[in-house]
Amino acid sequence: MSKEKGFNWKQITSHHLFMPVVCLIVVCLANVIKSPDFFKISISDNGVLYGSVIDIINRASELVILAIGMTLVTAASGGQDISVGAIMAVAAAVCCQILSGGAASTSEFQNPFILAALAGLAAAMLCGLFNGFLVAKLNIQPMVATLILYTAGRGIAQLVTQGQITYIRVDSYKVLGGYIGKCPIPTPIFAAIISVVVAYLVLNKTALGLYIESVGINGEASRLVGLNSTRIKWMAYVICGFLAGFAGLVNSSRIYSADANNIGLNLEMDAILAVALGGNLLSGGKFSLAGSIIGAFTIQALTTTLLSMNVSADQVPVYKAIVVVVIVVLQSPVFKKQMAVWKARKSSNSTEGGRA
Amino acid sequence: MGKAKSKKISSSTFLLLTTIILFVVMYAAGMIIFNDKGFAKPQMFLNLFVSNAGLLVIGCGMTIVMITGGIDISVGSVTALVCMVCAFAMERMGMNAYMAVLVALAIGLAFGVVQGYLVAYLDIQPFIVTLAGMFFGRGMTAIVSTDMIAITNETFLKWAKFHINLPFGTHNQKGEYLPAYIYPSVVVAIIVVILVSIMLKYSKFGRKLYAIGGSQQSALMMGLNVKRTKFQAYVLAGFLSGLGGFLFCLNSCAGFVEQAKGLEMDAISSAVIGGTLLSGGVGTAVGTLFGVLIKGTISSLITTQGTLSSWWVRITLSALLCFFIVLQAVIAAVKKKGN
Repeated sequence: MSKEKGFNWKQITSHHLFMPVVCLIVVCLANVIKSPDFFKISISDNGVLYGSVIDIINRASELVILAIGMTLVTAASGGQDISVGAIMAVAAAVCCQILSGGAASTSEFQNPFILAALAGLAAAMLCGLFNGFLVAKLNIQPMVATLILYTAGRGIAQLVTQGQITYIRVDSYKVLGGYIGKCPIPTPIFAAIISVVVAYLVLNKTALGLYIESVGINGEASRLVGLNSTRIKWMAYVICGFLAGFAGLVNSSRIYSADANNIGLNLEMDAILAVALGGNLLSGGKFSLAGSIIGAFTIQALTTTLLSMNVSADQVPVYKAIVVVVIVVLQSPVFKKQMAVWKARKSSNSTEGGRA
Repeated sequence: MGKAKSKKISSSTFLLLTTIILFVVMYAAGMIIFNDKGFAKPQMFLNLFVSNAGLLVIGCGMTIVMITGGIDISVGSVTALVCMVCAFAMERMGMNAYMAVLVALAIGLAFGVVQGYLVAYLDIQPFIVTLAGMFFGRGMTAIVSTDMIAITNETFLKWAKFHINLPFGTHNQKGEYLPAYIYPSVVVAIIVVILVSIMLKYSKFGRKLYAIGGSQQSALMMGLNVKRTKFQAYVLAGFLSGLGGFLFCLNSCAGFVEQAKGLEMDAISSAVIGGTLLSGGVGTAVGTLFGVLIKGTISSLITTQGTLSSWWVRITLSALLCFFIVLQAVIAAVKKKGN
């Protein structure tokens, strides 16, 4: 009986989602210890849900959307797309500029919202197409290729908005980042759920997920068995660009403006962290979407916790950088090997000691 | 034989030649278009060095790392951290300027040692390691201080403002003779370029770097200590980014959180434009020098033009980087076909 229980325990700890969930629980526990009413959810005067957890889930929406794209890119190409933050800014800039008809501030839509949103998403997909071209077609390391848009992207967004912050003071524009009518749950949560569900269906009901994994594990072998490796990698980047654009629209709706300098700032780091925390190898191959999503919530919880501990927003990256280094060190094959050798030596020492 | 030789030239020097020609054409175009705004004056040319001395040193470090097939995107943040710590130490703690130089170099070395260890001995992707370094450095800068600190230390300002007059110059509108000048930082930067060039070309260490970048597996088979050499490359690059950061500080005379944002991009694009291959194994310090000059020319063209937003510098540079990356990929493809 006890043996069977031990076996089950091992099965749980070796599950790929075990570590991500543990990380999330640790962050939550730290919060509960600090402020006991962390999990308290109440309904505020204007009829919306209110509480730390709701706030974290709400704020994590963009990150969840980005993490889906980042997971696919990581799995397919073994590298990360560091331009996602800049792509968010581009999408928001294009969308807001069309809505305002070129003015710095507007109180009514100059063009239909659908047109503007589609244009923003198209611009983001174009960015993804460009990244994909460099990575898949020209075989450039993903991070160098996306570094181009990482620096130029915000410049392009500045040019689109002519160096100013474009404000859209229309109530219906705030829906995507706020609330739908009387619904008590913030809209960004729905946006994140829809993205996750669509991504899950596309990846699991079609062969795309399998293709991406196989290209990431061995691109050359995949090509030889008849997969178009180039096109699949390229597709991953376009999807990532699209999702970054969507996240950009949500974020821009939150602040009902297009702030080219600050939309999605440092979010690329968070998205990479989410993927790494979710137990995905940053060198590509097999991936777990659920892991990345849990990772995204963990990161957002960590950020919110740090901010509530009076750490300034400029200083937060220090802690995140340390977390990243710890994760990649734990993931690195050299470290794992070293640990295995150490464990083996320890166990052999103890058996020898037992004999003597 | 002759054919083989010409082929060798086309593969290794072609990129560098393109860069030099591009620079000459751009500068000549600038001299013709903006002649009335003083673009043709010798001081304008020297200013390319004056304002980019720090970048030049950092670019040399980047070249060393890139030759091994790695990359270091933490340099911009290291620069910001160096400037901030120097400013903070001299202004708020009363440290003297000589100690500040040592502190700057120590910060650079510390980054180099940690990142080098993670990349070389734990075999983690350089991009991830230095991305973490980049956020760490920027965050640490904010932890030191979120205010802008202007440096008023006398010794420091004396170094920063010291003119080294050159034996030629121009006459201004009143007919006074104005000698052309450079700052001490330029001298330091030029010395670094020369030393790095010599090291890469003639020292054992330099040759090892190329061997590893060409093929890590072959280098290992040849009996080179790949891990240690890689580690040393990152330490050296870290040291140079500390030094470059200090030169940058001499130019800006202040420390603030947003400083040197995107400098990593400038350094990488300078190296790539100067003919360093992203895949490793090829690259020279002289090439990087021309890469930096091209970057300087673009920004002075845009500043002289006056109406364009400063964002155009980054966008043009990114476009150029993109062009050169594509060029590299095309050359690699042609080479592969030839083989």
